[in-house]
Amino acid sequence: MSIPLKAREVADRYFLEHRAKVLDLAAFLDRYDRAAQAGGEPTTDRSEDVRMRAMVAAIRQLVDGQPDRARRVLELWSDHSTEPIDRAPMKGAIGAAPLQDR
Amino acid sequence: MYIDPHIHMVSRTTDDYRAMALAGCVAITEPAFWAGYDRSSAQGFVDYFRLLTDTEPRRAAQFGIRHHTWLCINPKESEDIGLAREVLAEIPSFLDRPNVLGIGEIGLNKNSRNELTVLHEHIALAAKHQLMILVHTPHLEDKLKGTRLIMDAIREHGIDPGRVLIDHVEEHTVGEVLRRGFWAGMTLYPDTKCTPQRAVDIFEMHGTERLWINSAADWGVSDPLAVPKCQQEMRGRGHLEAAVRKVSFENPFRFLSQSGRFSTGR
Ligand SMILES: [Zn+2]
Repeated sequence: MSIPLKAREVADRYFLEHRAKVLDLAAFLDRYDRAAQAGGEPTTDRSEDVRMRAMVAAIRQLVDGQPDRARRVLELWSDHSTEPIDRAPMKGAIGAAPLQDR
Repeated sequence: MYIDPHIHMVSRTTDDYRAMALAGCVAITEPAFWAGYDRSSAQGFVDYFRLLTDTEPRRAAQFGIRHHTWLCINPKESEDIGLAREVLAEIPSFLDRPNVLGIGEIGLNKNSRNELTVLHEHIALAAKHQLMILVHTPHLEDKLKGTRLIMDAIREHGIDPGRVLIDHVEEHTVGEVLRRGFWAGMTLYPDTKCTPQRAVDIFEMHGTERLWINSAADWGVSDPLAVPKCQQEMRGRGHLEAAVRKVSFENPFRFLSQSGRFSTGR
């Protein structure tokens, strides 16, 4: 399938929308850190919350200069085990599996 | 004109039917799913199947929309194998209803052993009656693992992957699903799964063969007009009308027509 938009047109069409999303992300990390500091807990970079560590690791991937960022972020957040678990502990999912050592 | 091949109208209002018809929807398919609470008996599912095979088709017809359905007990209620088997035993008596296309949405939720057992029993039921299958893949961190377990399970039963649609694919699963010969569905949700923008990115990267889009609108945060919004996104980027029609009408039409029961009424 063709890619009809030129790079400049992609920026024209989507920049402001994603500028806002970057600011939302920055404000979210600030908000987490303020709450963590108030509670005497580690801030984003050292958080014990699996999701916050997964978030930071994904953000680092965004600027590593490699392609397929969306696929790689989803893989980073995925459970890479291959055997079924014994029993479902809950119905939902939290959004990120504990990071693997890699 | 479009088809929304995955939407849960039992959770939507009649105004939604009206808005969908105005936006060009001509046909939908509604897989059986989790109601947001666990049903207490197999009889609860029987009533649900009556709703899917009788009430919803009539409600849709008021707006010129053809309604079709898929039956199963969903993976969120599959931990209780006893209940699941009671529900599975009720399904054959609904298979001759004219709007039933096959078994779905079956699959996995937390990738547990019981879920996998019940999945196998659904696949066997589909194989026995030569029915098509619509697959739900797990959420978020469980999706990659679950998608692979499901595809392996279907292959074990010798089912033609061309008669199976694996739904809720994203960037990390779409390639493998298509390579293994299955059809793939992208679900357009505001917060999870795919946005219209990412769905169009995936078309640009993976092409439009054996790939469709759906709203999967239900009782959660979702949008019954997600398919026409994705059509708009494609047009806004300058994609040809033929490509828009292929992903939002021709592809679902081709896949679903294999059932011998799908119709847009036109
Ligand atoms: Zn669904």
